[in-house]
Amino acid sequence: MATPASRSQVLALYRSLLHHSSKFAAYNFRDYAVRRTRDAFHAAKGEQDPAKIQSLIAHGEKQLEIVKRQSLISQLYGGEKLVVETKHQKILRRH
Amino acid sequence: MSFTRLLQPARSLRSMQPALLARSAVPRFVVSPAVSAFHTSAKRLQAQSAQTVITPSSESLGFSVSEVKDIQNTRPIYMDMQATSPTDPRVLDAMLPYMTELYGNPHSRTHSYGWETEKGVDQAREDIAKLIGADAKEIVFTSGATESNNLSIKGVARFYKGKKNHIITTQTEHKCVLDSCRVLTDEGFEVTYLPVGKNGLISMDDLKAAIRPDTALVSIMAVNNEIGVIQPLEEIGKLCRSKKIFFHTDAAQAIGKIPIDVTKMNIDLLSISGHKIYGPKGVGALYVRRRPRVRLVPLLTGGGQERGLRSGTVAAPLAVGLGEACRIAIEEMDYDHDRVKRLSERLINGIQSKVSHVYRNGDEIQSYPGCVNLSFAYVEGESLLMALKDIALSSGSACTSASLEPSYVLRALGAEDDMAHSSIRFGIGRFTTEEEIDFVVSRVVAHVDKLREMSPLWEMVQEGIDISKIEWAQHA
Repeated sequence: MATPASRSQVLALYRSLLHHSSKFAAYNFRDYAVRRTRDAFHAAKGEQDPAKIQSLIAHGEKQLEIVKRQSLISQLYGGEKLVVETKHQKILRRH
Repeated sequence: MSFTRLLQPARSLRSMQPALLARSAVPRFVVSPAVSAFHTSAKRLQAQSAQTVITPSSESLGFSVSEVKDIQNTRPIYMDMQATSPTDPRVLDAMLPYMTELYGNPHSRTHSYGWETEKGVDQAREDIAKLIGADAKEIVFTSGATESNNLSIKGVARFYKGKKNHIITTQTEHKCVLDSCRVLTDEGFEVTYLPVGKNGLISMDDLKAAIRPDTALVSIMAVNNEIGVIQPLEEIGKLCRSKKIFFHTDAAQAIGKIPIDVTKMNIDLLSISGHKIYGPKGVGALYVRRRPRVRLVPLLTGGGQERGLRSGTVAAPLAVGLGEACRIAIEEMDYDHDRVKRLSERLINGIQSKVSHVYRNGDEIQSYPGCVNLSFAYVEGESLLMALKDIALSSGSACTSASLEPSYVLRALGAEDDMAHSSIRFGIGRFTTEEEIDFVVSRVVAHVDKLREMSPLWEMVQEGIDISKIEWAQHA
């Protein structure tokens, strides 16, 4: 089977997902992508089964591709801010 | 331009930022000059150059008229998930190849363009079937839940006409079900409209009593679009199967939000809509049971696509989008449901803890938490809607919101006119945030207080006068 995933590989994927998720121009998609990434990684934190970890990483990599493409599209057509947004951006600035 | 070029990290562009800031509407999110060069927004796309000319008439009485300019640069937050939901970016990502490269007709058998599109459509069929526990062969693509409802009700009724002439439905169904039934009444069918209780649920005894030997179909919706109540599908299905009556359910608001299993619930026909589950608009599906077989007279005839039940080329990009939306729904149902439930409680508790005389319409337990219908006593719903212009809301179904009539669904619950007039529906979905909920709560609380302060009725209530006992003088 595939080599076991290293901690750094998982962390790199996590950071990359958060980074690209925060690029959605649309507030709701941006918030969802960041939150869903965090929740998914936290939920899988204690996973021990190497095969399961491998399939989770494969899933994450697929999501990363989608987020990269879709955040770009969101930037192309979006941009008008929602009334709740001004406060919100401070929270996301960490990424 | 290659994809990697477009996705340069923002850091390397920092030196260019002042120039970018000046040019683009959203400097913070622009990662590449290419994006900012092609960027457009809905406002710009819809902008019209034509100007409205208003000439003052003699009736203007010295009042000047000026064009209302949209000075607001922010958009309202979206809380009308029952009308439609935003398309999930993952759904759009699955659709785009079929709107660009893969344009073949899925029914073309003679070349690879047809095959590759057919493969996408078949995968979508599988995913939809999986979500409701059906077989892919039992799924028919339609243009939406309205068509699915029309096809199943008219289709079954017309096929079995002569032997069976009776249909049962409820008073709180969607307009398209009620209207299909009305058309069938003109064709000689008899329709029973079951009443609902104060909580919005039908009574099984009423249903049992309404069933006749010539009943062909029972059509009862899964989740109500205005009040969110969940009808007892399993019991209804069991009863219908035992009496050999077909059971159709309009599950447009239920699919992907609550677990549905056509086998366990003995459902024979089930309507699905794409745009209620973060999929594209303009596509839906109908589940038609094969064993025991349900026979339908099609609404559209022609090339005989979709087992002859729905002629016309399947809209492949939309079908793929619907399939992807269903696949995501299977993965995300538990996560979404937990979250929607939490946000829903936050909304209801937030409002009810700060405003008195707020009532929730519909059953509290047997309902989908993402649809919260509240009545604010002594406040006119339309005025509140106007005041809450920063929030996209509706007082009920989108189809009836143009009229000022109180909702027929709330009337069917036995709500008094004033309570039906003062209702607002809050829709919570996958992309709703805590921040939005808190914003809604603060706005609703502020405006309800303000509107009540202006209301003489509210003043009387505060003084302890029972308004329902007042005899109002009639204007002659």
